[in-house]
Amino acid sequence: MVTTLDEATLARARRVARSVPDPELPMLTIAELGILREVAIAGTRVVVSLTPTYSGCPAIPEIRADLAGRLAAAGFADVEVRTVLSPPWTSDLISPEGRRKLAAAGIAPPRSRSEVAAGPVPLTLSAGGPRLECPVCGSADTVRTAAFGGTACKDLYRCRACFEPFEHVKEI
Amino acid sequence: MGFDTAYEAISEESDSGHRWAFGTGFTDPLAGVDTTVPAGVDGADLAAYCLMLGDDALIMSHRLQQWLARAPELEEETALANVALDLLGQARLLLTRAGRADGSGRTEDDYAFDRTEREFRNVRMAEVTDVDFAGLIARLLVFSTWRLALLGRLRESADPVLAAVAAQGVNELTYHRDYAAGWTIRLGDGTDYSRQRMQAGLAAVAPLVDELFVPSVVEQRLAGVAVNPEDLRPECDAVLAQVLAAARLDWPQVYGLSGVSGKAGRDGVHTEAMGYLLAELQSVARALPEATW
Repeated sequence: MVTTLDEATLARARRVARSVPDPELPMLTIAELGILREVAIAGTRVVVSLTPTYSGCPAIPEIRADLAGRLAAAGFADVEVRTVLSPPWTSDLISPEGRRKLAAAGIAPPRSRSEVAAGPVPLTLSAGGPRLECPVCGSADTVRTAAFGGTACKDLYRCRACFEPFEHVKEI
Repeated sequence: MGFDTAYEAISEESDSGHRWAFGTGFTDPLAGVDTTVPAGVDGADLAAYCLMLGDDALIMSHRLQQWLARAPELEEETALANVALDLLGQARLLLTRAGRADGSGRTEDDYAFDRTEREFRNVRMAEVTDVDFAGLIARLLVFSTWRLALLGRLRESADPVLAAVAAQGVNELTYHRDYAAGWTIRLGDGTDYSRQRMQAGLAAVAPLVDELFVPSVVEQRLAGVAVNPEDLRPECDAVLAQVLAAARLDWPQVYGLSGVSGKAGRDGVHTEAMGYLLAELQSVARALPEATW
C-alpha cells in the first residue's frame, strides 16, 4: 500500500504506465502509440487517461487490465482509468520511436497527415491507394490490396518489387 | 507481476475474471468523461437526439455484421467488419450518453436490447435489407456521405460530448465513404452486368433518401446542439453527383418512401425489415437476461 506520494512516486507510476504494450501492435507501448494522455496522482489513487484510437476499439478492456496489473505489481493498488475523447487520437501522435518500431516489424508507418492532402482521406476516385515505401525492400512500387486490415487502424498493401504483402497504419 | 503481453494479463487472477475472450468485458465507454448536460439544454431532448444518431449507427452496424461470411471476398468482409465496428463504437458512446443525459442511468445494453421497435429512432435507410453487394454499397455510399456531413457539423455542437464523438467519427466515416465510393465506381464503370446491379442498388436506396433531410421536432428544439439535417442536402448531393459521374451512373428519379401519417424512422415508425432485425439483435439478451459480455 502506498502511503506517501511525491514526484518520484509519480515518475515511477508514469514509467510503469508508459511501458504497457498495445495489444494489437505489441511492438509499441501505449505511450509510443500516443493513446496515453496523462498519468496523475489523486490522493493514493493513480489516474491514467487514455484516448481510444477508434470509437469501437475493442482493446481498451485489455489495456485497462494490463495497466491495473502492472501498476498493482509496482505497488499502486488503487488505479482509475479514464477515457479522454477530445481531442481525438490521430496517427500523427505515434512517436518517432513508434514509427521506427512499426517499420522494423514490417508495418508501414502512417505518413504525416500534413502530407495527405485535403483531410485524412480525400475522396479518392481511383483504385490502388497512395504509394508507400515497402517496409521489406524499400521499393515505392506498392499497391493497396484492401482498404481495411485485421484491425481498424491498418490497411493492406502488396509490394510489386519483392512481392511481399504488408500492413500499413492508416492516416487518420 | 508484469506481463509479457496484454493477452496474458487477462488470463491472470488480477483480472476480474468475467472476460472470456479478447474484446469482451465491456466497460463504460464514457468512463471519466464529464457528461454534465450543458446549461440551457433540455436533458430529455439531448437524450432523444443521442438515440437518433446512436440508433442509426447501431442498426446500420448490425446490417453490416450480417454480411460477415457472406461477402464476395475476404478483404471485403474485413472491410465491412471494420466499418461495422466503427459504427458500433459510435453507437455505444451515443447510447451511453443518452442514459446520462436524461438522468435515467440506462446503459447502452438497456437501449440496444430492451426497447421495442417503436422506440428505435433510426432512419429507415439504416434498417433495410440488401439484395446483393451492390445494394449494400449503394446504401453505404449514401449513408456514410450523409453521416459524414452530419458529424462534420456536429463537431461544433454546444454539447462537448457530442462534439467529441463527432470529431472522432468524422475520421472513421471518411474512410467508410471512400470505401463505398471506390466500389460504386468499380461496379458502375465495370461490366454491363455490374453496372446494372449497381444501378439497381441505387434504385433501391433512392426512395429512402428524402427522409434523411427532414428535421424532427427534437432537432428543431436543439438548435446549437443538434445539426439541422436540411442543411446537409447540398453537400450530400454534390458528393453523390461527383461519385456517380465518375462511375457513369445516373441518380434514379423515384418518389420517396412515404411514412405512416407523416411519421417515419425518427418517430419510431419503421419498415417491415426492422422487426426481423431486432428479433435477431435482441434474441440472446432476451433469452438470457442475466448474461454478460
